Amino acid sequence: MATPKFDVTKHILVPKHTIISERERKQVLEKYNITYKELPKILVNDSAIKHLKPKVGDIVKIVRASLTAGETIYYRGVINA
Amino acid sequence: MMGPSIHKKVDSIVFGVFSPKIIKKMSSAKVVTPELYDKEGYPVDGGLMDIRLGVIDPGLRCKTCGQKLKECTGHFGYIELARPVIHYNFVSTVLTLLRSTCRECGRVLIPKNKIDSYAKVLDQAEQEGGISARRSKIKEIITTLRTTNKCPWCKSRQQKVVIEKPTSFYENEKRITPIEARARLEKVPDEDCMLFGINAKAFRPEWSVLTVLPIPPVTMRPSITLESGERSEDDLTHKLGDIVRINQRLFENINAGAPEIIIEDLWDLLQYHITTFFDNAVAQLPPARHRSGQPLKTISARIKSKEGRIRHNLAGKRTNFSARTVISPDPMIDLDEVGIPIIVAMKLSVPEKVTEWNAEYLKKFIDRGPKKYPGANYVVRPDGKKKKITDETKEQVIEELQPGYSVERHLMDGDIAIFNRQPSLHRMSMMCHRIRVLPNKTFRLNPAVCAPYNADFDGDEMNLHVPQTEEARIEAEILMQVKTQLISPRYGLSIIGCIQDAITGNYLLTKALNFSREEAVELLLAARENDLSSLSNKQKFSGKEIFSVLLPTDFNFEGKSKGFTGDEKVDMKNDTVVVIKKGQLESGIMDKANLGEGSGLMLRNLVKQYGEQKAIEILGKIFRLGIEVLLKLGFSCCLHDTDMPKEAREEIENTLSKAYEDVDEMIAQFNEGKLEAFPGRSVEETLELKILERLNGARNKTGGIVGDFAQKDSSTIIMANSGARGNPLNLAQMAGCVGQQALRGKRIDLGYSGRTLSAFKKGDLSPDSRGFIRNSFKKGLAPHEFFFGAMTGRDSLMDTALRTPKSGYLYRRLANAMQDVKIEYDESVRDATGNVIQFNYGEDNLDVSKTEGGKLNVQRIIKSVLKA
Ligand SMILES: [Mg+2]
Ligand SMILES: [Zn+2]
Ligand SMILES: [Zn+2]
Repeated sequence: MATPKFDVTKHILVPKHTIISERERKQVLEKYNITYKELPKILVNDSAIKHLKPKVGDIVKIVRASLTAGETIYYRGVINA
Repeated sequence: MMGPSIHKKVDSIVFGVFSPKIIKKMSSAKVVTPELYDKEGYPVDGGLMDIRLGVIDPGLRCKTCGQKLKECTGHFGYIELARPVIHYNFVSTVLTLLRSTCRECGRVLIPKNKIDSYAKVLDQAEQEGGISARRSKIKEIITTLRTTNKCPWCKSRQQKVVIEKPTSFYENEKRITPIEARARLEKVPDEDCMLFGINAKAFRPEWSVLTVLPIPPVTMRPSITLESGERSEDDLTHKLGDIVRINQRLFENINAGAPEIIIEDLWDLLQYHITTFFDNAVAQLPPARHRSGQPLKTISARIKSKEGRIRHNLAGKRTNFSARTVISPDPMIDLDEVGIPIIVAMKLSVPEKVTEWNAEYLKKFIDRGPKKYPGANYVVRPDGKKKKITDETKEQVIEELQPGYSVERHLMDGDIAIFNRQPSLHRMSMMCHRIRVLPNKTFRLNPAVCAPYNADFDGDEMNLHVPQTEEARIEAEILMQVKTQLISPRYGLSIIGCIQDAITGNYLLTKALNFSREEAVELLLAARENDLSSLSNKQKFSGKEIFSVLLPTDFNFEGKSKGFTGDEKVDMKNDTVVVIKKGQLESGIMDKANLGEGSGLMLRNLVKQYGEQKAIEILGKIFRLGIEVLLKLGFSCCLHDTDMPKEAREEIENTLSKAYEDVDEMIAQFNEGKLEAFPGRSVEETLELKILERLNGARNKTGGIVGDFAQKDSSTIIMANSGARGNPLNLAQMAGCVGQQALRGKRIDLGYSGRTLSAFKKGDLSPDSRGFIRNSFKKGLAPHEFFFGAMTGRDSLMDTALRTPKSGYLYRRLANAMQDVKIEYDESVRDATGNVIQFNYGEDNLDVSKTEGGKLNVQRIIKSVLKA
């Protein structure tokens, strides 16, 4: 099937996703005193992160515009589809 | 009292299935006969009412534990089944195991070298997605195994197993009897069970085929003795009787060597009875019925659904010391009070502990007894025994009363109660009030607290609960007092404010009124303001000065009134800039924007600066002041508020006629095909849009005319301007023109074919035929107009009637899904297992109830810090 040429990451409603470094990963898990399992999840094949070529086990950092806080940071663990 | 030691700590809980061995072991009697009682009416040994299974007769003692009725909780028995029977609730387990294990050797139909990899896949699924992911993976594997036709272990051929609902299995058109099924399940080794998610230690698969059936204790199926002396047995007992009888017959036939057909029939019958014993609503089976025809209530019916044990008895517990009646308003009681009828006060009570200091005081209550207010209903001895106070027992009770006893005395002023109105959608739906005992038969509440309860007085009823222990009372007072609920956690403003008359009164007072010194004092005292020290020595006072007496003398505030525009000159003229300096209202009108619920920061700031108690007192006084002003002035809304002078009527008529002409013009253009379509619209749509726009414009203009010509001091206008009730549109509909009636966002276009009513021509697009109501409510509606009004009225009625239960159910689902979500100390939002839901609560970590309307006023904070 031919995929339509549309890059969702360019859409204004799709916030910025990045895969965080090993160091940052440690910091996040430590800060919230959690393991990878307690993180919110995102599928590896999610359109918003597909272009990052994520691996299962990565943590994605999402910077969103927020009505209350202006800008807010959210983390998601990448899981198998 | 702290327990000194923990003997055993629960480490884990394993859920399993009773094995036949355990069933026999936990039983205290084997049931062998369907008979219940002998000729004397005494329970038969080995019958279903055997007294070894517990007692339900007063006087008898349990043969197993020796305890009396209510002490003995009952004991299980069992029956030995003549032939095994499938347990209905495990049919699916049996089926999957029959399908995915070998019919000869009992191993899973997975080759030896692959078993480990399958196990690994399952473990991984569990690690990633929890137990539910594992289960769905198991399901996937099972479906692939169904088609295997050769056992990888013993190479024997496999057959396709089909189920004939509800409980029969076939293989190649041949029945797999429960005996065979059980034999096959027995062969499945423990380690293979693990693959199916079955812990063989707690649940051997063959246990899902019953060989013995546990008999529940008689205490969970008590018989009732009718007035005639006849015994009526519980549905479960009836069902068990059937099972025992058929089982008995099956035994006899087998022993007598009866033909296999007869035995199989009886066997099927036994299966039927046992299946319906567990669940009498199995889709493929006719439900077992009483002789009267009503279905028997068996085990699952007792547990399931709204009337079942879970939702009815566990989730829906009823409470003592509660009352329910109609509510009515009483602005003269305090905001945090609730008026209760004296008969309620005499039925509900609070236990008061007797000490040596209050013994005499409490004896007076006992002396007055249950029928004279304020009296007492019961005395509770230290051992917990309750004693009713009557005229006869009174003296003796007083005699024996000593410290350690409790007296359940009638409710009195100042006791506390939890007041509630359903639907309890937020925490303010249940608040703690102080009791005021009042005459008559309704609960009374201050109209200012209607908003949090969403109550009105068109017949609403409310519930009242009286906490019975010191702990409960303190908890209720600290957490649930009305004053602690002033600021809404939803938007950070006061949800309790002035309404209706109180707003109108304060609006009039602070707008232009002047009173003499005597009148001012009279008003303030009536509003229960006792501190008149801030009143100067003048002989005449403006309304603003009178209002200011209620405010703390160091209160500063700047805000806006309802009509605030931002244009300095206009706002000056309309007096819409609220300035309070040192407790003096210097300018601005007190209207809904300042006093109403959920609007303006004045109430919010009062709470913040002076605390809840002070704020609620001030609010109460403001409320009463408003009412007193109206009481003094007199305030009626009358028909001639909607009277329009002749010029106004003519102007309205002209406006509407002009609009009608324009619409006719448009329709003519359309018919001639000269109408140009808007981009992306058809010509018809364009016409509709243009007509709608033109007619709405005309209606709005009539509204403007009505607003211009209406008397500014008429009550209707005052109410609309103050925000107390009504709006300019309401007035325009009464005095000017009702306007277009719309269904689904369009002019009305349904009814007869091609027309809305038979009075119109087909295809008539004129305003009249499509639901435009040209008349005003005062003038009266023409028949077709009335009909259109009824159409939209019915539509909105249906809409609310259908939406309420829908949104209620939606709310219930949300509440159940999120009930254990909470904010942790690191300000993240977590569920019960510790999964992160939000990393920062609300993304900004703000507790809305501690903010001003959801925002932090940084400037004010800096100012206050600099001052200090
Ligand atoms: Mg109502
Ligand atoms: Zn017993
Ligand atoms: Zn085999």
